Amino acid sequence: MAFATLLPADPKARTAVLAFGGALAMLGLGFASVPLYRIFCQVTGFGGTTMRASVAEAATIKTATRTISVRFDANIDRDLPWRFAPEQVTQEMRIGERKQAFYRSENLSGKAVKGVASFNVSPAQMGKYFKKIDCFCFQEQTLQAGQKVDMPVIYYVDPAMLDDPDTKDIEQITLSYTFHMAADQN
Amino acid sequence: MATTADTFQAHDDAGHAHHDHDHKPGFFARWFMSTNHKDIGTLYLIFAIFAGLIGGAFSGFMRLELAQPGIQHLGTIAKLFGEPNATFDQSLHLWNVLITAHGLIMVFFMVMPAIIGGFGNWFVPIMIGAPDMAFPRMNNISFWLTVAGFISLLTSAFVPGGAGNGAGIGWTAYAPLSTQDKIGNPATDFAIFSLHLAGAASIMGAINFITTILNMRAPGMTLHKMPLFVWSVLVTAFLLLLALPVLAAAITMLLTDRNFGTTFFDPAGGGDPVLYQHLFWFFGHPEVYIMILPAFGIISQIVSTFSKKPVFGYLGMAYAMVAIGVVGFIVWAHHMYTAGLSVDTKMYFTAATMVIAVPTGIKIFSWIATMWGGSIEFKSPMVWALGFIFLFTVGGVTGVVLANGGVDDVLHDTYYVVGHFHYVLSLGAVTGLFAGFYYWFPKMSGRMHSEFLSHLHFWVFFVGVNTIFFPMHFLGLQGMPRRYPDYTPAYAYWNEIASIGYLILLASMVIWFINIIYAFTMGKKAADNYWGEGANTLEWTLSSPPPFHQFETLPVIDDKAHH
Repeated sequence: MAFATLLPADPKARTAVLAFGGALAMLGLGFASVPLYRIFCQVTGFGGTTMRASVAEAATIKTATRTISVRFDANIDRDLPWRFAPEQVTQEMRIGERKQAFYRSENLSGKAVKGVASFNVSPAQMGKYFKKIDCFCFQEQTLQAGQKVDMPVIYYVDPAMLDDPDTKDIEQITLSYTFHMAADQN
Repeated sequence: MATTADTFQAHDDAGHAHHDHDHKPGFFARWFMSTNHKDIGTLYLIFAIFAGLIGGAFSGFMRLELAQPGIQHLGTIAKLFGEPNATFDQSLHLWNVLITAHGLIMVFFMVMPAIIGGFGNWFVPIMIGAPDMAFPRMNNISFWLTVAGFISLLTSAFVPGGAGNGAGIGWTAYAPLSTQDKIGNPATDFAIFSLHLAGAASIMGAINFITTILNMRAPGMTLHKMPLFVWSVLVTAFLLLLALPVLAAAITMLLTDRNFGTTFFDPAGGGDPVLYQHLFWFFGHPEVYIMILPAFGIISQIVSTFSKKPVFGYLGMAYAMVAIGVVGFIVWAHHMYTAGLSVDTKMYFTAATMVIAVPTGIKIFSWIATMWGGSIEFKSPMVWALGFIFLFTVGGVTGVVLANGGVDDVLHDTYYVVGHFHYVLSLGAVTGLFAGFYYWFPKMSGRMHSEFLSHLHFWVFFVGVNTIFFPMHFLGLQGMPRRYPDYTPAYAYWNEIASIGYLILLASMVIWFINIIYAFTMGKKAADNYWGEGANTLEWTLSSPPPFHQFETLPVIDDKAHH
């Protein structure tokens, strides 16, 4: 009972210390929720968070016969002086097949600007089956004054979606990006 | 116990040279440095009435503007807030300030101080046979921190907050609304900081209540013999203790996002604004039970007293509150159905939310069963308690409707939601407050109120609140969104009726104040147990008002005593 000996002997002080400890633990949990929530989303695909896959992993995937369509969506933070749009409206592919899509970005301002993209897919339950092998959203992107860039995303849709009753009937996925002004501009 | 009060006592003895058993410190020491649970309870009640008047005036401004479509009165109201030449944008901003302040004031500075700080402080120690709270000086800090928080919130209304003066971020302070306009916007920082202060005060109060109830019960007063009001405050204290620190963490992150360049809720730096919603409602849902559970406790005391029967199913009533408290922590995302949750997540939160109707139903039916076969007397507290049961049940029913994730897609952020939560809070918790007020006012003041005025107050109040809030269900079903100062003329009819209801409610408040003045000027002296036979908790064994220090010899509760 090493723990009990740390507590004050007076019963009132003991209760108060335990209660205060409970409050402190909840305060800590409040702050800990920031990394915990991020990890939770990355692991479960919660809220349509997409997954990352290595090239080796992608090579082991068997392509299914059924096709699926991916629609591309682009949004932009009003503070970011860029133009940002997908170069294709949709792509149709077999489930499991690797695809490459491009987004066109252009810096409309007269100086270098660093942007960062947030992303998810809809319907949200497809998050864990949408695998990106490479994506411009993995890093911050800097565009020089007036620079135009084609930004690639290489992805596939995991055929495991066909075994999941929540996703097996889905015929189209929307992949959405929002480009933000990076908080750190240096 | 109450060592600080004893010091004052000794000092007072020397100063006044009389050795009366029930002496009180001088005015300043008694009311500004108070460590006496009854005096602090009184301070909380006076503070809550004052804050309620301000919060109620704000809702009056809102009903005035909403009485007709178009923007009529906001520019005039802006003059009261130190903006004589308000632009149109400033007037619209003022609307956001009003709805924000109304919500924050009513939740943090009216209902919570009155029901926990006021009635809790007054009657929890007495009902368990304790001489005072466990930590009288911490009790004092809690009260004055609440006042400081209120001043911080009021200050925010008079300093720049973006488009105009004041914080227009809603009581939820959602990011990114609350994290934009970082420069030259001290109002939002003041408003957020006021929640830190009020939250710290409530956490200390919760520790105080838990320690008092777990350690200072009179001999024989087991947990399962405690009056249900004490049970309700115990459960509430645990909710406060576990929920408020999460809010503290969330709003601290808001402040650092605003002032120190962090990006907890800003996607530009890898943050997520939806995380703020999760944290806020992890606190926010228990918070609504924090406001209503003590009212449940008060209603249980009153229904039992005026039916002259012990509460039906005492243990079921106590553990129903525990169950509501526990389940209240795992339903928060039903406030976020439209924030992009998957179908499975919505299904879970819908089911979990509906489960809460079970313990709540146990409470409603047990109150009715308590009355069944009882010798019912319709004294003013009982009439208010019956009003509570009716109004809370209406609010509960619309709550079950809103619990459905699919239905909420349509009703989210409409006046249906406003109608729902005012039925459970403005009509539920506040009716519970008035029931407790009439039940205990003579005990606290020593003077009887007028039963006629109390009944009149009830009926005018009852008609007023229903006239305000019942039409909001219609408006919501028709699609009127909340939080806007203007609406299409299609919604004019029910809005005008709701605004008339406000005037009726205002009249009932006048009756209430007349009743208080009557009691203090012409009210008869209250006997020890002025409700008679059915009132058998410990406060009725004391004089009205109780002595400055009660139970210097602890009462002993025998085995047969009922709850």
